[in-house]
Amino acid sequence: MSLRFQRLVLILITLVILGAAVLLILFNTKKNIVFFYTPTELIGKKISSGDRVRIGGFVKNSSLKQISLNQYEFKITDNENDLLVFYQGILPDLFKEGQGAVIEGLIENQSTINALSVYAKHDENYMPASIKEELEKNNQWKKDYK
Amino acid sequence: MFGFLINPSKFNKFADIILKPLILLCSVILIAGLILVYLSPLDYQQGLTVKIMYIHVPSAWLALLTYSIMTIYSVIGIAFKMPFSFIVNKAVAPIGAVFTLICLISGSLWGKPIWGTWWVWDARLTSVAILLLIYLIIIFLDKTFENKEVREKTTAIFILIGSVNLPIIKFSVDWWNTLHQPASVSKLSSPSIDISMLQPLLVMTIAFSLIGLIIAILRIKAEILIRKNR
Repeated sequence: MSLRFQRLVLILITLVILGAAVLLILFNTKKNIVFFYTPTELIGKKISSGDRVRIGGFVKNSSLKQISLNQYEFKITDNENDLLVFYQGILPDLFKEGQGAVIEGLIENQSTINALSVYAKHDENYMPASIKEELEKNNQWKKDYK
Repeated sequence: MFGFLINPSKFNKFADIILKPLILLCSVILIAGLILVYLSPLDYQQGLTVKIMYIHVPSAWLALLTYSIMTIYSVIGIAFKMPFSFIVNKAVAPIGAVFTLICLISGSLWGKPIWGTWWVWDARLTSVAILLLIYLIIIFLDKTFENKEVREKTTAIFILIGSVNLPIIKFSVDWWNTLHQPASVSKLSSPSIDISMLQPLLVMTIAFSLIGLIIAILRIKAEILIRKNR
């Protein structure tokens, strides 16, 4: 094997080892890299009131209530467990029932959280508005196109 | 046949033939792409805001592609001691940095109306921000050492180390919970993006690639000239 190919092999091996090392670090710190917990994941965690957490899930259907002009109450669900959220502020445009959302706030007790900020999460589906109307007309609209 | 990819004088000859047709082609495709974007339908959820995608996604792809090209050239540059690799690395690093910056700015402008925030530190956004920092370090590394060989080798090694960030960016949305949505186009099942929106996206991607390629050719030619006259 010539010198240049020895160098090539050496570089590639170094890259593989480097990549493996970084991946090991990332996967072992997984719980610190996730942006949010789901309500079910939160139950397993040791949390006390006043802790700052981010919770992600869907806004539960028919749970959104407007208390006053800019005060809202709704439930975040992952279809197994719910979490009651109180929020004072402006909701993003995409925020509605059945839609994914991430909230950041302070834990009040096991099932209640005071949100400091609310982010709407949107999925990877893109579709022209006219096609949605067409699908709904023919009852072809699937609920999983959130 | 592919000698122009590693030999400066062959590259110069090839570039002189291809540059003018390339500029013409790029202008046509860019105009066609912009017309397609103008005519493209509004999204059922995001409305008009979805059109930011036609800038955001191509620049993100190009930022990653530019870095991949630099990685390949760094490997052959160090292994086979080809000076042309280091010319390419120096020439295209700022192009990749600008694409990354466009991606971050357009993404921020997109995030505010849709998510409700300019910026969050989730895995996807953070890893792309790190990519921008890596690009900046590569650009500045070239202004450090006096000795040309040391400088080029150091830069190439740094590019190789930084390349571990590429798979992290790509898979960050699958490995961790992020606010950023998962991939729409490059996934195993059929793309979850309607064909009427996929077409303008792909045409814009080709236009962005050609813009990057033209700037790269001009910068590589300039760099070859500088080194010849030194």
